Amino acid sequence: MSSLTDPAAARLRGQQYFASVARFGPGEIIFWAALLAVFFVPDANLPLYGQIVIWGLFAMSLDLLLGYRGIPSMGHAAFFGIGAYTAGFLGKFGWTEPISGLVLASLVAGLVGWLTGRVIQRVSGIALLMVTLGLNLILYDIVHRQTELTGGDDGLQGIVIAPVLGLFRFDIYGRTAYLYALAVTFLLFLVARALVKSPFGLALLGARENPRRMITLGTPIERDVSTVFAIAAAMAGAAGALLTQTTQFVSPATLSFQRSADVLVILIVGGTGRLYGGFIGAIVFLLLRDWLAVLSPVYWYFWIGFLLVIVVAFFRRGIVPSVETLAQRLHWR
Amino acid sequence: MTDAAAHQPVLETRDLRMAFGGLVVFENLNFSLRRGERHAIIGPNGAGKTTFVSLVTGLLRPTGGDVLFNGAMITNASPQQRVKAGIARTFQINSLFKALNPLASLVIALAEREGRGGISLRSVARQKTLIEEASALLAKFGLADDALVTTETLPYGKQRLLEVALALALRPQLLLLDEPAAGLSTEQGHELFRQLAFLTADTTVLFIEHDMNLVFRYADRVSVFAAGALVVQDTPDRVRNHPRVREVYLGV
Repeated sequence: MSSLTDPAAARLRGQQYFASVARFGPGEIIFWAALLAVFFVPDANLPLYGQIVIWGLFAMSLDLLLGYRGIPSMGHAAFFGIGAYTAGFLGKFGWTEPISGLVLASLVAGLVGWLTGRVIQRVSGIALLMVTLGLNLILYDIVHRQTELTGGDDGLQGIVIAPVLGLFRFDIYGRTAYLYALAVTFLLFLVARALVKSPFGLALLGARENPRRMITLGTPIERDVSTVFAIAAAMAGAAGALLTQTTQFVSPATLSFQRSADVLVILIVGGTGRLYGGFIGAIVFLLLRDWLAVLSPVYWYFWIGFLLVIVVAFFRRGIVPSVETLAQRLHWR
Repeated sequence: MTDAAAHQPVLETRDLRMAFGGLVVFENLNFSLRRGERHAIIGPNGAGKTTFVSLVTGLLRPTGGDVLFNGAMITNASPQQRVKAGIARTFQINSLFKALNPLASLVIALAEREGRGGISLRSVARQKTLIEEASALLAKFGLADDALVTTETLPYGKQRLLEVALALALRPQLLLLDEPAAGLSTEQGHELFRQLAFLTADTTVLFIEHDMNLVFRYADRVSVFAAGALVVQDTPDRVRNHPRVREVYLGV
């Protein structure tokens, strides 16, 4: 093993390691190909799969905060809702072009996220949960009460969304909606993926692991909080805008505390710190909800609670990390 | 560097005072460190050695007095500003990135030093110079084989070496080591200090150490802290034979 002491070999090995971390694995390719293939399955319930993709994107955005930077948020639906309402208002008041509407909605959510990050960058632990929850509740109440502007409980009506690229109309089978949601989600996934594999992503992990050490390495870990909050919020906002644009409707449920709790459940069930955890969690959560809603429409939260207990008891770190560990063990044999 | 700058103390404290509530740790501490020296701080437990390091690095703010680095006042500078100015430290108890591997840990430190830790979409794999430097540092500390092993699974001695490597990655002018050899075998302790001996003369090293063999062998000068005061600051030989040192510290 003389190669280990050779600096050129060591550097090469280091580069290969980081390159292998950044490389698209077969599992990843299969995953996205399968999501695309769903589109071609006859009689597939595309609106449901569209929801899954959107929830997956939403949970992935929370993963940047929780899984990579270690910031728990009990109010992540606030950003989803801001994106959803911004896209809704744009569609209602004449800005019907979907892509620019989505970008704007995402930017608005990102800006609010950045401000939130500024507020909470000195807070940690339980206090963080309370502050994020509080901000979420405040926003919900504002939207809920401004009935003239938002329609209150009835939701925002009369949203018009033009065809995507001026060509593809949003049809009642949800075909355009599904491909549009999948394309946007895949693009944002690529951005998130590149981000977490960059030195900045490593610095986020470092701050999650040991903030004190990051300070003594000279890292402005407080500024990182507002940066990652802005990115996570912008992506959550994009998810919200996708929901509005594909359903042409927004209700206060988009920024309810229930939604914040659901997205946290989805991410934890799927597994944090993997980007895919949110998507796998969303598939499990929404398919189960869809199935249970038929079986026992009233008690389905009982089963979601049951699922949460099972996953945490047997998979501790969530589905994706557990499967990874299992695959590694089989591989070594 | 001009002559005046070369003779200016790297680090100086003026009438430094630190109290936690009613507990006074130091009173009127005047301390100075020559450029390029290997300086040991010794003293009984509770003498304020670690507190002193935290005041220099900015993790704590003094109750009174000033800290000067290269003649510039840094009393109110943030810990990060002090790192950028050239002060790095290690911790008495390992403070590492447990779930990451040593290579990634060092790349974090190097990227930050080079100002490349900001938001980016380029893979770490593209940072060839950083990976090269990180690999070289690991090899220097005998950690080349452990570059890709999760840090928390490394034996304690290796984690200790990584602790020092992380601080050195910043290429500090002033390196503060809080009991670097704690938990290391005698052999490992000497190996660690031999590595530090290879540092150039523009790196000043201040270390807290309980192992007197290491102190008297590797320090150019020694400061003795006891009961919130600097008892004596001198060469190892003179410190060893100083009557007050023998009384307060060596217990003779």
